[in-house]
Amino acid sequence: MSLLEIRDLKIYYRTPRGPVKAVDGVSFDVREGEVFGIAGESGCGKSTLVHSLILRKPPMFHAGGEAIFKGKDLMKLSEEEARKIRYTELSIIPQYAMNALNPTKKIKDIVWDLAREHGYEDRSEVEGLLRERLAMVKLSPKVADMYPVELSGGMRQRATMVVSTLLNPDLLIADEVTSALDVTTQRVVIELLHHFMEEGIVKSIIFVTHDLALLDKIADRTMILYAGKVAEIAPTEEMISSPAHPYTKLLLESLPKIGVRYKETKLNGIPGYPISLLNPPKGCRFYTRCPYVMDRCREEEPPLVEVGDDHYAACHLLGGENQ
Amino acid sequence: MGFRRYLAQKTAVYAITFLFAVTINWLLPRLMPGNPIEAMIESNLNLGPGEKEILIRFYEDLYGLNEPLWRQFVNFWVRLFHGDLGYSLLYKAPVWDLIRHSLPYDIVILLPAIALSWIVGNWLGAIAGKNRRYDRWMMPLFYFLASMPYFWFAMLLVYFIGVKLGWLPYQGAYDPSLVPGLNWEFIKSFLSHWILPFLSLFVVMIGSWAIGMRNMIIYELEADYVRYLEALGASEKLMTKHAYRNAILPQVTGLALQLGLMVAGAIATEIVFNYPGIGILLMNAALSQDYFLLQGAFLMVVISVLAANFIIDIVYAFIDPRVRASYTEG
Amino acid sequence: MARESRLYKFRLALKNNKFRFGFGLLLFFIIFAIIGPLFTPFAGDGLYYEKLPGSNMEVATYSTRTLPPMTRETLITYSGRHVEVLHILGTDKLGRDVYAQLVYGLRTSLWIATLAAIIGTLLGITIGFVAGYRGGLTDELLMMFVNIMLVIPSIVLLILVAAYLEARSPEIQALIIGLTGWPWVARAVRSQTLSLKNREFVNLARLAGLSDLRIIFGEIMPNMISYIFMVGILQFSGAILASATLDFIGLGPTTAVSLGTILQKAIAHNALQFGWWWWFIPPGLIITLIITALFFINLGMEEVFNPRLRRGGE
Ligand SMILES: Nc1ncnc2c1ncn2[C@@H]1O[C@H](COP(=O)(O)OP(=O)(O)O)[C@@H](O)[C@H]1O
Ligand code: SF4
Ligand SMILES: [Mg+2]
Repeated sequence: MSLLEIRDLKIYYRTPRGPVKAVDGVSFDVREGEVFGIAGESGCGKSTLVHSLILRKPPMFHAGGEAIFKGKDLMKLSEEEARKIRYTELSIIPQYAMNALNPTKKIKDIVWDLAREHGYEDRSEVEGLLRERLAMVKLSPKVADMYPVELSGGMRQRATMVVSTLLNPDLLIADEVTSALDVTTQRVVIELLHHFMEEGIVKSIIFVTHDLALLDKIADRTMILYAGKVAEIAPTEEMISSPAHPYTKLLLESLPKIGVRYKETKLNGIPGYPISLLNPPKGCRFYTRCPYVMDRCREEEPPLVEVGDDHYAACHLLGGENQ
Repeated sequence: MGFRRYLAQKTAVYAITFLFAVTINWLLPRLMPGNPIEAMIESNLNLGPGEKEILIRFYEDLYGLNEPLWRQFVNFWVRLFHGDLGYSLLYKAPVWDLIRHSLPYDIVILLPAIALSWIVGNWLGAIAGKNRRYDRWMMPLFYFLASMPYFWFAMLLVYFIGVKLGWLPYQGAYDPSLVPGLNWEFIKSFLSHWILPFLSLFVVMIGSWAIGMRNMIIYELEADYVRYLEALGASEKLMTKHAYRNAILPQVTGLALQLGLMVAGAIATEIVFNYPGIGILLMNAALSQDYFLLQGAFLMVVISVLAANFIIDIVYAFIDPRVRASYTEG
Repeated sequence: MARESRLYKFRLALKNNKFRFGFGLLLFFIIFAIIGPLFTPFAGDGLYYEKLPGSNMEVATYSTRTLPPMTRETLITYSGRHVEVLHILGTDKLGRDVYAQLVYGLRTSLWIATLAAIIGTLLGITIGFVAGYRGGLTDELLMMFVNIMLVIPSIVLLILVAAYLEARSPEIQALIIGLTGWPWVARAVRSQTLSLKNREFVNLARLAGLSDLRIIFGEIMPNMISYIFMVGILQFSGAILASATLDFIGLGPTTAVSLGTILQKAIAHNALQFGWWWWFIPPGLIITLIITALFFINLGMEEVFNPRLRRGGE
């Protein structure tokens, strides 16, 4: 069962020099009960993609496609409808999780301010839940009565995770939540996310990272984005054992050794730079860096085709309708 | 808890500042070419009988050449703690009495002007910071206001409202034909004399508060915690509420920082309106080289500003958890 | 790389509308102060001087009428000549030309402010640098002094010092204003120095065995130029205001006319009550506009060098 279905979604940024096509015709779905990973070099459109589901503020705009979440198209909701869905059904742990809480408000007040706007009426019930969840992430329930400035960075991160998931959203977006952390803390965060799933607090998670090796630990299925387009979607284990797209292969090769000190590794181990999203080439977006580049790659865009069981990739090497 | 340490630290800093100010007060005339105090007494020929004796005695106590320098310094302090600030030749009265009678006038225009301009300025600044359409014309206006010398705006008020329109009195604190007292006529006269001096400070001060608030609110509305609230479906109102709170807290510290400039403004403004506060004392003392009065007024202003700073520091620690967190850590 | 981007930012500043407005306005007043005297036959004190034939003596011609702006008046000089003159901004209580006083007063005020800003900025830079660069006890003591100076309202200190001085030249006034204005600069420069001191390029220079002075002037200073310029601008506007306030209280230069002294005389001669607006509106307006201009210069620069304050799309 799909919780979220993205069809040919296009999210652009308006700039004086023309639209930046940060997400350009992306399709995938997120199933109930799974952790869906999204990976790719920094700047490939991961944040744009997930944030657009929640909030599109200028210069970001919706340029086409749909995002069906529980039967409703997120792109067509009115401002008020969208506001109601946020937090209660669709929530996010942002990249800046450590600074996400207003430093001068007690955590219980922040939570209550938000819960009240989503129709909650019993303050003690919400606060009780907050303390319970804080204990669950191994924070003292007293943290509820503290100001975020009084907590350490790691504690703030965990508190933010609790706040984000407090109202049991169906879909939780975690955008680079592990990027700024050391390996031990990364592990804690990932365990917590698992825990949220097991407890049924959230139904599904979209886990965004530029760190491919990390996905092995958490994501059931993974999507690789390149320059605003889908390169490959597959169950994570299969993606790692038998990658289909040349870009995915290069990414995996650029990891020093799976499981060993991947913290320092970026996806920049591949020579060349991503193309400009202002005027992307009409063919395959990877052709400027691809070792297998062919003539038709420059002209024709490769379609996303099924290359195995539940495994899709977009590359002319893998065939397509006109082969 | 570290609050005690914070308090002790602040007290120490202000105590040292006070010490420094008094020392300057004592030292300055000695550093100037030719002892100005000596010159003042010598040149003051129109002294009444007995006055010269009081003066000479005071002078000898204070600057007695037969005493060593450190002794003179100690004497100065002893007198200070007895509330003895010397004798004004100009007004022919003890300096402390003069200051005591002037200070209420300063308070009565400065306090309301600062408090109300703080409220109004922050309010206008927040509007400009939030709404770009208003910002376009409000911001230059704020800067123009903040650029005006207080006394010049006071002159404009006197000229346009006092002289041209004749709506309000603009000289002194009340009608000189009245005897101060708790009667309706006096209160009416006092209030009507109060409006223009108050306005001149109030309006100009609005400018700098509004500028500060505008910049803070722009900064805060873009802060991560506001983005987070928005992503979790907070209404516009809630986001603004959180941002306001964080923007207005630093404006309390702004009170302390602006105080010096506001005192300067008040001094010059009093001169325009001939309003009988410390400013008039300072001016007259400076112009007629009445050094005891000058030193006394200087000390009074410094003490008031230090006290205000101290209070603001303490209050701020209570209302902003960020400050509290920083001193409990350290 | 760093140098190139500074140049780029400088060009960006020239394109910033706020900077342009402020800079243009300031430039206007500077040019006005320079060429303004060309349009009037009067000297800085507002009097008409006639050179006596055959000597170097100049004799002033006094008139006693208070005239509104753009009035013509026929003066009879010491040697009996009749001269028709134009009072662009009228005359004051003593019949002196206000326009001439204004132009020369503007010169004095700009000169005082420039001098005071230079003194205050240099002093502040030195103290801030030393505190930030040396650190330790030096830093603590210097910063304590800075904080003390920050709390004492500088205007009363200025009044106190000025009152003890019998004769005051513009330069003396600039000196005492500069001597009370530096703490803000010191504080700002110290924090900048602290943040720059541990950057990589400074560490490299230190490893390479460069002397402290070489590091300060070769590595740290160039990275702070724009910042120091902004601080200097604020010193300048503070000095204009402080100088005007002192003058207005009656503690201005005893040897020259300035914008503040014009206002002081206007008040002393009851110009407000008599409605001689041309005597007190222009000087105050000029002070206000100069300070506005400086604000805008600073604002423009801040937007260029500290983009967080820049509003999207502007
Ligand atoms: N406000 C913006 N205006 C114009 N372009 C933007 C804006 N924000 C992001 N972009 C561009 O959109 C692309 C995708 O950015 P982002 O979604 O943040 O990438 P990721 O999260 O994968 O690192 C980048 O090339 C970036 O330059
Ligand atoms: S389509 Fe061509 S350029 Fe693109 S990945 Fe495949 S082989 Fe490389
Ligand atoms: Mg991102």
